[in-house]
Amino acid sequence: MGREIVSLKDLYVYFNNTVSLGDINLSIKQNTILGIIGPNGGGKTTLLRVILGLIKPDKGEIRVFGKTPEEGRKFIGYLPQYTIFDHSFPLNVFEVVLMGRYRGIFKDYSKEDKAAVINALKTVSMLEFKDRQIGRLSGGQLQRVFIARAIVREPKLLLLDEPTASIDPEMQSAFYDMLLKLKEKMAVVLITHDVGAVSVYVDEIACLNRRLFYHGPKEEGLEKIEEMYRCPIDLISHGVPHRVLRGH
Amino acid sequence: MIELFLKYEFMRNALIAAVLAGVTCGIIGTYVVIKRIVFLSGGIPHATFGGIGLGYLLGINPILTAIPFSVLSAFTIGAIHKKAKVNEDTAIGIVWAVGMALGVIFIGLSHTPASDLIGYLFGDIQTVQGSTLFMMLILDIIILISVFLFHREFLIVAFDEEFSTVVGVPSKSMYFLLLGLIALGVVVLIKAVGIILVIALLTIPATISRKFTSDIKKLMFISTFAGVTLTIIGLWLSYLFDLASGATIVLVLGIAFVIFSFLSR
Ligand SMILES: Nc1ncnc2c1ncn2[C@@H]1O[C@H](COP(=O)(O)OP(=O)(O)OP(=O)(O)O)[C@@H](O)[C@H]1O
Ligand SMILES: [Mg+2]
Repeated sequence: MGREIVSLKDLYVYFNNTVSLGDINLSIKQNTILGIIGPNGGGKTTLLRVILGLIKPDKGEIRVFGKTPEEGRKFIGYLPQYTIFDHSFPLNVFEVVLMGRYRGIFKDYSKEDKAAVINALKTVSMLEFKDRQIGRLSGGQLQRVFIARAIVREPKLLLLDEPTASIDPEMQSAFYDMLLKLKEKMAVVLITHDVGAVSVYVDEIACLNRRLFYHGPKEEGLEKIEEMYRCPIDLISHGVPHRVLRGH
Repeated sequence: MIELFLKYEFMRNALIAAVLAGVTCGIIGTYVVIKRIVFLSGGIPHATFGGIGLGYLLGINPILTAIPFSVLSAFTIGAIHKKAKVNEDTAIGIVWAVGMALGVIFIGLSHTPASDLIGYLFGDIQTVQGSTLFMMLILDIIILISVFLFHREFLIVAFDEEFSTVVGVPSKSMYFLLLGLIALGVVVLIKAVGIILVIALLTIPATISRKFTSDIKKLMFISTFAGVTLTIIGLWLSYLFDLASGATIVLVLGIAFVIFSFLSR
């Protein structure tokens, strides 16, 4: 496995005096897909937001590419769980993805930026929609556009918060194949409830329910999830390939 | 119509004021409408009434004192919203009322006759002086330059503020800059249609234009064109029928809005 690019040490986040993340020690490694699973409210989104510097931890240390999250986040591509926006907003698909290439004040988007957008849209099979107004897409199409917006930066770390939630099965397998390709160039953090995918595509898993109950290679993790942790058990036994449940 | 505007100096000035106001409509109005901060753009002019009152109290051109007041109220709304984690509309309500209350106190202290205020409340584009025009021009230039420099940032922040932070836009500064520009735009419009009616100029031209395009640059051009044209038509009608100019302009805008709503069905 690659070298460590993000490290969290003894990290705590409280909301209104209740622990949302407690005692988190985690490292994210280069060229690795880390799957994060855990129940609703388990702190998965919060963890990504801490890495991005959108939430300041109350205690503990975090380094992103050896820097603070605010400095390190320029190497990160991010797909939020939800994006709330005005559906009549005057932007088309191409322009939305182009925003992912933002480089700083007074820096206009270049030819390479525009070429990268075309590429990213091809990757998520949304090129034919590039001139479509952003509000006039289906939920899954929109999700694919936001995936394109995250990868178009050519980041060194890609944070994906439930990327496949509204994606159809055919597109899903294409999506996971894409992740395997991207892994050659970056680290990927994948929040998902899709344990089937975790068992196939992910290198490491982290099981998060306010605390980090497991973090390590998936092989051991999958066997331990059910017995050890308060990760939702129904989630694991629904529609999941048998080999995942092997050993129980 | 053209002779009328050439013949009288006050009509010439009014015409220039209409063009300057139209530019504000086009640029600032577009942001107000796409970022859905209409209530904010209604609150700032009302709060600015405090600045108008201060001008009377100090015996200087009220438009001059309106500028810092308007910008300050916009920043206060932003600060209450961001720092105190109060809803933006609550913050607007507070600043709106406090600004107006200050205006009432200042005007009471300065013993200004109520009739003088009507022009600021409901607009009086036909009495615009050269010095006020000059100030409007400067404000428009500041707005145009800022938008030229920061349009990328404004667009990302308006679309998705969290994502803008993630990709490295200084989103807080940009939010406040945009608020400041809206405040300047409000001052430009006060002379044309008055505090109470500013909201019409900031929303109607941009809303009409949205029916024609979903490209932000075109949106700004069409809104500017619509704002200038409709303001001039209102001005002309108000002269022809001897009606209050600000109210006539707003009615023309309202009628245009209705017509275009039906046309685009
Ligand atoms: N801005 C906030 N203010 C207060 N509490 C919050 C905030 N954001 C998250 N929380 C709390 O922190 C906990 C973790 O939330 P988080 O969104 O990280 O969960 P999650 O694991 O992403 O859940 P899901 O699977 O539903 O997306 C929850 O209990 C939530 O109530
Ligand atoms: Mg979440």
